[in-house]
Amino acid sequence: MKFPYSFPLTRAFCLYLGQVSFLAGETFSSIILGRIRWRLVLNQIVEIGFGSQAVVIITGVFTGAVFTAQIFFQFNALNMSSAVGPVVSIALCRELGPVLTGLMVAGRVGAAICAEIGTMKVTEQIDALRALAVNPIDYLVVPRAVAMMISMPLLVGECIFFALTASYYVATRILNVNSVFFLQHMWFYTHSKDMVMALTKGFVFALIVVFVGCQQGLTTSNGAVGVGRSTTEAVVISSLSILMINFFLTMALNIIFPAGGKF
Amino acid sequence: MTPSSGKNLIEVRDLRQTFAGQEILRGVNLDIPRGETTVLLGQSGGGKSVFLRHLIGLIRPLSGSISVDGEEIAHLDERQLEPVRRKVGMLFQDGALFDSMTVFDNVAFPLRERGARNEKVIREKVDRSLELVSLKGQDNKMPSNLSGGMRKRAALARAIITEPACILYDEPTAGLDPIVSDTINKLIRRLQSQLKVTSIVVTHDMISTDHIADRVALLREGRIHFDGSLTDLHASTDPVITDFIEGRSHEID
Repeated sequence: MKFPYSFPLTRAFCLYLGQVSFLAGETFSSIILGRIRWRLVLNQIVEIGFGSQAVVIITGVFTGAVFTAQIFFQFNALNMSSAVGPVVSIALCRELGPVLTGLMVAGRVGAAICAEIGTMKVTEQIDALRALAVNPIDYLVVPRAVAMMISMPLLVGECIFFALTASYYVATRILNVNSVFFLQHMWFYTHSKDMVMALTKGFVFALIVVFVGCQQGLTTSNGAVGVGRSTTEAVVISSLSILMINFFLTMALNIIFPAGGKF
Repeated sequence: MTPSSGKNLIEVRDLRQTFAGQEILRGVNLDIPRGETTVLLGQSGGGKSVFLRHLIGLIRPLSGSISVDGEEIAHLDERQLEPVRRKVGMLFQDGALFDSMTVFDNVAFPLRERGARNEKVIREKVDRSLELVSLKGQDNKMPSNLSGGMRKRAALARAIITEPACILYDEPTAGLDPIVSDTINKLIRRLQSQLKVTSIVVTHDMISTDHIADRVALLREGRIHFDGSLTDLHASTDPVITDFIEGRSHEID
């Protein structure tokens, strides 16, 4: 039993995982018990979801465009330019859409959540909430978690939509791929299960960003330096977690929604 | 010396706390009588604020017992502490106003969180509370646009708006000019006489102590060194107390 704990890094990792899980457990129990302040949820949806649209759309448009161009350059040499549509579409739905949206949101929203809660922690505002008999998890974490769970799948969908629109434009207008073949093949090979996979991943990444951001914020100490450090850590930890968990999610979801075939 | 238990709002027994291996509180015993202002004196960094935070469960004691209004709070969890915290208001050293809200929303916050929905009633109560701390007309300002003294007064308005039975003051006059300090002192006095609030004031400001204290306790090396009336304090011949009152240090001569 002692073996894994003898490594300080393993111990720190287990401890951190435990803390984030505990925070997530508390948050979900508050959500189930209906301790949701809907006005704050709406504020956060505007802040998190609405405010992230520009970043997500630009990410989607240029990823779709550049990916289309690269796939076209490779496939055109093999006279398979009409396969560009389905390849781009499946790659975007299954991987690039959710992962890139997740990373952009981790940078934009995860950092903001952590910095705001961290500043409240070091200026005693969290203690003031507690002293006023308001639970900081109910007041700060629950609205952000609910807003993220609602916003993130929508942002992923939005990212994929704009990426595919850009892809269509680049393929048919700039690279002269036949638009009927492009759309026909894309439609034929992309199934609703690919979209379900995208939205599921988006949802999981939302949880990672919000709980890592809140956990880092709530454990901030040591003034302005501490806020800076925990914000950096929040972005790094959530970005790396997204990339790593994405692999396991892909393997797991591929069992539920196997690639190819009909759905 | 110790009054009967029904008379005390807060009773602390053998409270111990350690931070980073350093013993901050080494068995504090203190009773806080209802309706009086108790001033807790002590050196900076001596654990006064830490002690104060234990009284509403912001810090869990390592050992010992704390009873507030007859209820033992040392082992309660966050949610169980909420009813206790509704009875006790706290003024933090820097005010701890929510910087995302205006002064009005800050002061109205406890009311709204306790279910008040009628904006007219909220407005009346906030106005009354702000008037009590002489901040009327400042309600649309953001905390960052207020001076230190105004922030403290706004925080006090927030702490008293729900009319708690007890208010804890953490260094209410630290870092303020003598005039603003005097305003705060008069406020503490007025709240005690008008609203019959039990007050606990943590400070090292002797002028403030003379102005507001009914009872004085001196915290030294993690224990209560003196506990008595203001007159007793001034009559004391204990060198520790006389040094503290007169502000004498023996370190460099």
